[in-house]
Amino acid sequence: MADHSQHHIVPKSTYYLIFTALMLGTGLTWWIATIDLGAMNNVIMLSIAVTKATLVILFFMHVKYSPKLTGTVIIGAVFWLLIMLVMTMNDYFTRDWLHFG
Amino acid sequence: MSSSTVAMPPTHYLNNGLTLKSWLFTKDHKRIALLYLVAVTFFFMVGAAFAVAIRLELATPAGDLLSDENYNRVFTMHGVMMVFFFLIPAVPAILGNFLIPLQIGAKDLAFPKLNLLSFYIYFVGSLFTMYSIVSGGLDTGWTFYTPFSTVASTSAVVPAALGIFINGFSGILTGLNFIVTIHKMRAPGMTWFRLPLFVWAHYATSLIQVLGTPVLAITIVLVAAERIFGFGLFNPAVGGDPVLFQHLFWFYSHPAVYIMILPAMGIISELVAASARKQVFGYTFVAFASIGIAVIGFLVWGHHMFVSGESVYAALVFSVLSFIVAVPSAVKVFNWIATMYRGSVSWETPMFYVAGFIGLFAIGGLTGLFLASMGLDVHLTDTYFIVAHFHYVMVGGTIMGYLGGIHFWWPKITGRMYNDLLGRVSAVVIFVGFNLTFFPQFVVGYLGMPRRYHAYPEEFQVLNVLSSAGASVLAVGYLMPLFYLAYSLKYGEIAGDNPFGAVGLEWNTTSPPPTENFKTTPVVTWEAYEYPTPVEGHVV
Amino acid sequence: MSNAASVAHDEQQHHPRLAHHFESLEQQTDSSLFGMWIFLATEILFFGGALMAYMIYRRWYPDAFALASSHIAILPGAINTAVLIISSLTMALAVHAAQTGERGKILFFIVVTMILGAAFLGIKGYEYYEKYAEGFIPGLGLEFRFPEPEYAKNAQIFFSIYFVLTGLHALHMIVGLGLMTWMFIWVKDGVIDTQYYAPIEIVGLYWHFVDIVWIFLFPLLYLIGRHVHHG
Repeated sequence: MADHSQHHIVPKSTYYLIFTALMLGTGLTWWIATIDLGAMNNVIMLSIAVTKATLVILFFMHVKYSPKLTGTVIIGAVFWLLIMLVMTMNDYFTRDWLHFG
Repeated sequence: MSSSTVAMPPTHYLNNGLTLKSWLFTKDHKRIALLYLVAVTFFFMVGAAFAVAIRLELATPAGDLLSDENYNRVFTMHGVMMVFFFLIPAVPAILGNFLIPLQIGAKDLAFPKLNLLSFYIYFVGSLFTMYSIVSGGLDTGWTFYTPFSTVASTSAVVPAALGIFINGFSGILTGLNFIVTIHKMRAPGMTWFRLPLFVWAHYATSLIQVLGTPVLAITIVLVAAERIFGFGLFNPAVGGDPVLFQHLFWFYSHPAVYIMILPAMGIISELVAASARKQVFGYTFVAFASIGIAVIGFLVWGHHMFVSGESVYAALVFSVLSFIVAVPSAVKVFNWIATMYRGSVSWETPMFYVAGFIGLFAIGGLTGLFLASMGLDVHLTDTYFIVAHFHYVMVGGTIMGYLGGIHFWWPKITGRMYNDLLGRVSAVVIFVGFNLTFFPQFVVGYLGMPRRYHAYPEEFQVLNVLSSAGASVLAVGYLMPLFYLAYSLKYGEIAGDNPFGAVGLEWNTTSPPPTENFKTTPVVTWEAYEYPTPVEGHVV
Repeated sequence: MSNAASVAHDEQQHHPRLAHHFESLEQQTDSSLFGMWIFLATEILFFGGALMAYMIYRRWYPDAFALASSHIAILPGAINTAVLIISSLTMALAVHAAQTGERGKILFFIVVTMILGAAFLGIKGYEYYEKYAEGFIPGLGLEFRFPEPEYAKNAQIFFSIYFVLTGLHALHMIVGLGLMTWMFIWVKDGVIDTQYYAPIEIVGLYWHFVDIVWIFLFPLLYLIGRHVHHG
């Protein structure tokens, strides 16, 4: 497993391809932002952002070629962030369900 | 114990370089552990001095010794010093630092320079917080609740918060160092399920430090942005929500309780096995209980906010999860007792502390269930019941574990033995003093005495005097080890490599260990706690 | 891997940068990359805390947030997004050059990345000045002049979060520039070679992370009001 992080060299062409995708993603986000799609605006823009981030992580940051442990760290951190967001939202979304007194 | 013929090893980490510089710039995890020992002990004394002032004030119903303003500052600094500069770093930074590489058969932590940096970050953080004491004090309580801390308090919020922010990085880097070390530096044959439970406990602790502390850091940044720049993030005047601060704060600060107690639990596992000379009952359960506490511990923070305005539904969810987090803790306690059952328990000093830990932790844990119940919590919130509860868990539990560990590994750390009788007496004195101090607080809290007031009605005086008297006993108990352990440094019997006849890699090297820990990298071929097969001498 | 590998690597020549407590350079590289990833995990939660504040207030005050966002000029933000993506590419190419041992190219790409990073900060500084000139500073004792007064209160929260998030992001960029200066010196001094280039990789990971943060900040801060309040 160590051999991957040490010796795997990503070809430059891959980097250029990812770069192009990231630039296109940015343009797409801007374009989407000007069209009124209601709540879908958010969903689409964030989906593009997540996709862009995933591309950076997998290729620029070599996670695709790294030990599984690296992926575990990232997924763990994102999961913990979700714990915080979801459990807090669980409060904010239900504030008007019931009141004391 | 056959210590009559043993001698100290000629070279070890303590005499490898005697200059001040060789200590202050050391990259040896064992020396850094001792730097922490000195600093943490100092901050414990500072925190204790504030506790003395609190108990003196509360000996009489009238607010006569301190003004209300000063009393606020005193209990706040007591909390800040004890929580951030004593309880959180105590076990991981001292014993964890010293023992993890030894227990997994490594020469050092993965990042020795980072380890030293962690110590200095801790030190710089403490300077800022100490500065806040002399520059107006801090009167927000250790919890920094907004909007009081951001718009109302006239005290030195920013330096204190900055100190805690900086100190947080010390914890993050220590946790990071431990995780990488445990993953990457284990000796050949040291599989995950051969790791001592002390290491498992520290792994779980490190996860909390790494995943929780950054949230505290950003919370402090947001408070500071509001206080320094006047940004309105938690300020109701522009539509901000103070409860959001509490969510962010407790997302870290509830798991922080487990940063304090988990390493102490790891110590107890080691001590129980060594004293009972048996494998820990249900090793894998205890190991996963540590991880379970670390994970579930992140899901319960809302039980601090039952009366703060969070939704009733959210409170219900947090309440249920809070009951669930008691399960892994109980698993551990039952497994320790099962380990002792039919073991040949030897009652040396460490075992006395184990008994004290189990007693105090059980009371603290069970009263925690009271507080997890939403209805009862409404009655008990912000009373002395809470104060008593968290002192039993965080202080009783952590200090009993910490001191038990110090006594157990003292011969390994220093090469010398302390007076065992005095050790046992100190454990008893602390146990008695602790209960005398804090048990009356359960009662007085249940009767309705609120926390954080410097004056109280006269009918509460008897219980408060009991508490203050107990605090004096407790002080004697805490001071005793300071003296006889210091005495043992020079006059103690030479301990030998393994005075308790315990298993574990740290006992396979000399006492004190050489700088590189082991003469040759050990190869592990046995399971954790493989008693009664005695392991003597060095690994060759 | 640390278990069985120790014997196998005895014949491997001792690299000058191999620390005494590691068995092999691979163990060392693995450990430091793993350590960096854990650090980035802490960063996710660090920025995550501020993003949570954003989420909650945006849900409470959707109109004020959309309005406030529509008052931010997109162009500088979009240019900065492009600048940062290009700098991520050059950073990746610097790591590539380190792997293949082309020292001149490493230096070149580090310098280009630093120039792009500085350009980002320059544009960011210009944007901050614009906010100041338009009266969008929600504190510092300055007057907050929001064109739609009925939303002024809650728009302050948006701009508070805007400044906290972009400020922390800029601070990370400044740290990144410092790290790259350090790497530049190390490459120049020959510390880095094809066996030992983990430091460059680590700085690269850091830089890409800062890029990822911006990938989220750009839509969340600049673009949420466009479709309602025309661009």
